[in-house]
Amino acid sequence: MKGFGRYMIFLSSLIVRRETFKTYYRLTIDECILIGVKSIALVALVATFIGAVTTVQTAYNMVSPLIPRYIIAQVVREMTVLELAPTIMAIIYAGKVGSSMAGGLGTMRITEQIDALEVMGINSASYLVLPKIVASLMMYPLLVIVAGGCALMGGYIVGTVGDIVTPTDFIYGLRFYFDPYSITFALIKSFVFAFLISSISSFKGYFTQGGALEVGIATTAAVTTSIIAVLLSDYLLAQLLYVR
Amino acid sequence: MIKIKNISKSYAGKSVIQGISGEFDKGKTNLIIGSSGTGKSVLLKSIVGLINPDEGDVYYDLRNFTEADKEMKAEIRREIGMLFQGGALFDSKNVEKNVMFPLDILTKMPQGEKLERVNFCLKRVGLENINKKMPSEISGGMKKRVGIARAIVNNPNYLFCDEPNSGLDPQTAILIDDLIGEITHEFDITTIVVTHDMNSVMGIGEKIMFLYKGKKLWEGSSEEIVNSGVEELDDFVFSNKVMQGLKGKV
Repeated sequence: MKGFGRYMIFLSSLIVRRETFKTYYRLTIDECILIGVKSIALVALVATFIGAVTTVQTAYNMVSPLIPRYIIAQVVREMTVLELAPTIMAIIYAGKVGSSMAGGLGTMRITEQIDALEVMGINSASYLVLPKIVASLMMYPLLVIVAGGCALMGGYIVGTVGDIVTPTDFIYGLRFYFDPYSITFALIKSFVFAFLISSISSFKGYFTQGGALEVGIATTAAVTTSIIAVLLSDYLLAQLLYVR
Repeated sequence: MIKIKNISKSYAGKSVIQGISGEFDKGKTNLIIGSSGTGKSVLLKSIVGLINPDEGDVYYDLRNFTEADKEMKAEIRREIGMLFQGGALFDSKNVEKNVMFPLDILTKMPQGEKLERVNFCLKRVGLENINKKMPSEISGGMKKRVGIARAIVNNPNYLFCDEPNSGLDPQTAILIDDLIGEITHEFDITTIVVTHDMNSVMGIGEKIMFLYKGKKLWEGSSEEIVNSGVEELDDFVFSNKVMQGLKGKV
C-alpha cells in the first residue's frame, strides 16, 4: 500500500509546476518516435506470427466437418481484436518500451542527471515522465491497430497459402457476426494499458537508488509490475465493459 | 552570500549532519572538506534543496530557501549553477545542447544569442570545436569542464561543485580547480566546493569549513588550516605525503 501511495503522489507530481507547452510538444514528439515508430517493426512481426499461429491452431482443433471453415477466421478475428492485439502486445510493449523507460530514468537518477534538472528549478518528474505517458497514450493504440491488422493478415496468408481456408471464406469469417464494439473495447484497453505500462515503468525507474545493479532490478520490476497490472486491469475491464 | 543555520539531517534514525551553521561569502571559493562519509554531500544537497533538512534554514542573500514557497524556490534555483561529481551531462544531448539546456528552459533568448553564449562558455572552460560531440565521446575531464560551462551559462549567482576533481588525473584536477577559482572571481559569485582533495584546499580554498562525523569542527582559511590545532583536522590535512613534508616545515 505504501508503494501504491507513492505511485499516486508521483502521478500527481507530474501535473504541477509544468514547463511550457512548446517544451512538452518537442519532448512528446521525440518520445513518439522513440517508443512508437521504432516499435512498429517488432509489433508487426510478432502480430503477424501470432495471427498465423492462431489460424493454424484453430484449424487443427476444428476436427468436426460440420463446422464451416470460415469459423476459423471468425475465431482468429475475435482472439486478435479482443486479446492478442491489445493484451499480448502490451506484454511485448512492457518488455521493450517499459524496460527502456525504467532503465533510462534509473540511469539518469544514479548519474545525477535528474538532480541536475531539479537544481535548475525544473520539475524533473513532469519534464521527463509526462511526455513518455502522453506519447504512450498516443502511440500504443496505433500499435494495437497495426498489430490487429498484421495478425489478421498473417492469418489470411497462412490460411490461404496453406490451404486451410479459402480467401473468400476467410474474408466472410472476418465479417461474420462482427460486433464493432470489440474495436471500441480493444481501444479502451489499449489506452489503459499504455497508461499503466508507461507510468509504472517510469515510477520504478525514477525512484531507482544505488548503482548499475539497482537499475537492472528496477527495470525487471518495471516489466513484471507492468505485466501484472495489465493482466489485472484486463480482467477488470472485461468485467466492467464486456459483460452486457 | 549563503548562510546556513543549524542544519541537521538523519536517515532511518541515524544522524548524518548535526546542527551545522556557517556563512559562505560572495566572490570567494568556499570549501566544505572532510573525510568520506562525514556528510559533506548531504550538507551541499541540503543547501541546494535536493534534500530537505530535518532542521535548520538556508538563506540565499537573506531569502530563506527552506521556508520559501515553490515559486520562490524555483526563482532561487534559477540563480544556481551546479557541477556534479560525474558531470551529470544529459546522455541524449550533445555538448552544445547540454550547455544550452538551461537557456532553453529558463530564458526566452533568441537561438543565435544562445549559441553565442554557449560558445563563449565553452571557450571559457577551454573547450572549442566539440559542440557536436556526445558526452560518451569525451573524456572525464572534458565532461567536468562541459559541466562547468553548463553551470555558468545562465550567469548564476551561486555555484556549487560536488567533488569537482574526483577521478581526474592531477594535472586535469588542478586545471578544474583553477577554472572554478577564476570563474568565482571573474563573475563575483558565491561558490561552494565539496572536496576531500588537499590540493584543492591549498590551491583554491579561501574559506574552509571542516566537517567531522557530521559536525562542523573548524572554519578558517587555507593559511590557517595547517596551524588549526584541531587534532581531527590535522589528521585529515596531513594524511598525504606532500602535506606531511609541509608539516615538518610548519
